[in-house]
Amino acid sequence: MARTLADKVWDLHAVTAGSGGDAGGTDLLYIDLHLVHEVTSPQAFDGLRLAGRPVRRPDLTLATEDHNVPTSDTLLPIADPVSRIQVETLRKNCAEFGVRLYPMNDPGQGIVHVVGPQLGLTQPGMTVVCGDSHTSTHGAFGAIAFGIGTSEVEHVLATQTLPNARPKMMAVNVEGDLPAGVTAKDVVLAVIAEIGTGGGQGHIIEYRGSAIRALSMEGRMTVCNMSIEAGARAGMIAPDETTYAYLKGRPHAPKGALWDEALLAWSDLRSDDDAVFERSVTLDAATLRPFVTWGTNPAQGVTIDGRIPEPASFADAGQRGAAERALTYMGLTAGTPIREIPVDTVFVGSCTNGRIEDLRVAADVLRGRHVKAGMRVLIVPGSMLVKAQAEKEGLDEVFRASGADWRSAGCSMCLGMNPDTLAAGERCASTSNRNFEGRQGAGGRTHLVSPAVAAATAVAGHFATPEEL
Amino acid sequence: MQPFTVHTGTAIPLRRSDVDTDQIIPAVWLKRVERTGFGAGLFSAWRKDPAFVLNDERYTGATVLLAGENFGTGSSREHAVWALTDYGFHAVLSPRFADIFRGNSYKNGFLPVELPEDFISQLMAAVEADPATEITVDLQNCEVRGAGLSHPFQIDAGVRHRLLNGLDDIALTLQSEPDISAFEARRPTWLPVTV
Ligand code: SF4
Repeated sequence: MARTLADKVWDLHAVTAGSGGDAGGTDLLYIDLHLVHEVTSPQAFDGLRLAGRPVRRPDLTLATEDHNVPTSDTLLPIADPVSRIQVETLRKNCAEFGVRLYPMNDPGQGIVHVVGPQLGLTQPGMTVVCGDSHTSTHGAFGAIAFGIGTSEVEHVLATQTLPNARPKMMAVNVEGDLPAGVTAKDVVLAVIAEIGTGGGQGHIIEYRGSAIRALSMEGRMTVCNMSIEAGARAGMIAPDETTYAYLKGRPHAPKGALWDEALLAWSDLRSDDDAVFERSVTLDAATLRPFVTWGTNPAQGVTIDGRIPEPASFADAGQRGAAERALTYMGLTAGTPIREIPVDTVFVGSCTNGRIEDLRVAADVLRGRHVKAGMRVLIVPGSMLVKAQAEKEGLDEVFRASGADWRSAGCSMCLGMNPDTLAAGERCASTSNRNFEGRQGAGGRTHLVSPAVAAATAVAGHFATPEEL
Repeated sequence: MQPFTVHTGTAIPLRRSDVDTDQIIPAVWLKRVERTGFGAGLFSAWRKDPAFVLNDERYTGATVLLAGENFGTGSSREHAVWALTDYGFHAVLSPRFADIFRGNSYKNGFLPVELPEDFISQLMAAVEADPATEITVDLQNCEVRGAGLSHPFQIDAGVRHRLLNGLDDIALTLQSEPDISAFEARRPTWLPVTV
């Protein structure tokens, strides 16, 4: 029977199949890679300890410190005692259970979803989980990768498997050429606006089409990263030459004869021509424009040429109410052109847009320019390796010369668990993935944008594209 | 895990859609390394508003949450479920749930029940008219009853079995140990290890 890419990867990992009856429809899925961070793991390790269970496969488990870590003065102890205890708890747990950890200041440290791919640990056809919803990022390599809760983290630590019902399959086709200045971030924001925050629920999305194939690995990761913002269980892209070129030579990629073996296995990882998707959506790449969200969920967005919508323009009563509440929270007036909204903070970073390519784009915009007076600009690399690479290329100098703040690696202002937060009422152009109320700090106002728009906005003081500077 | 069979209690109507887990439990609360004590953080940003429905004394003691669609969207934080249960909720009714939130709920004996929007609206209206209205969430018969109305709901048979009996998922999986070991022996050698 014809199968989708996700079906093939799923079938390769089903230890036992759901037999019906009291077992229900859940398969027992083997997990190839389990990534761990400090926030969602302490209670899971506690559970193991209580039950006297070991970590079954420490060699398939990797931990990093990312959510709580400060991005400046990183050689000092963490000032917030609660954050410090959480980070220290991870260190103790990893030592006790034999899990490899990349701690703060280690050259391997970084945001969990930047670390896996850069090490070559994320490979086509794998199953990857992490106690973090943006695990969907790893699907860019043709892996099934999804976020789990802490009980499931404990389950994977103890058994290296997860009972899971097979999701439905959805195809998102983006066909054609992206116009200049339109990036992977704009593609995925447009997809979310099209299908809604719940549009992918219960599904694995496979991104297909010529515009997707033309994206770099970094761009593909940006797209898959935000699958969760469309409610999807996971996002995937079939591996191809771009994938193999990215992987080859990375520390954990297969070498020599094993590389050839792996390549052969990977070559089957594509949806059969007659595979059936439960749902299918097509976007015309040529019509896309840089995107800016105006509300408090990621589907509330328009192109940069647009205006803040009238809540009354939403036919659905729920959406209308949500738009009214969002405009109140965001301090915005319907009808305002997006370009006229003044911005006081810019954040470039996160697992969505904190990779080297993103920093290069931001640096290209800021080179030889200065950020608007009074503007706070944070540039936070996704990992210490990204940081080192950026410094090798002199990007840090470009950022500093422009008046931006060049930081150390971590989640930072994506969720403000460390000292990098928005104050109430501050308005931020952010390359992260969530514009929820208070996400970047209580009362803070988040607009999701691409790194190009973020950098141009830093210079202009209001939403702008690089071409307008 | 505590079994979930039948629960009856009063309810709170939360007339909002896309209630994300950052609202259910804001990130500052995630620094804790315990599983308990999250009730105080439940909707803590929204609770600063005296008009927020959780501050309405008429609903004190409610154990069933009635919500708009796409409840539990966003971050995978299980702390959201711990906050809801610690506050005293046993079940949440919504037209649609985010997948990870739903899974996390099941692991904690907390029941997310998917029901049509108009049925939930009717329950909300009844509860708003009379906050003493009791709602019964019956997992044995897969049915929700209240205000003279009733509606069946669907749930995976395996999940239902585990909830009704309060079974430990890890212990259940470990019964398949021979299958897991056999699978491991078959895994391709080119797959990466982290060490
Ligand atoms: S960067 Fe943001 S979205 Fe990504 S893992 Fe960190 S907190 Fe989560």
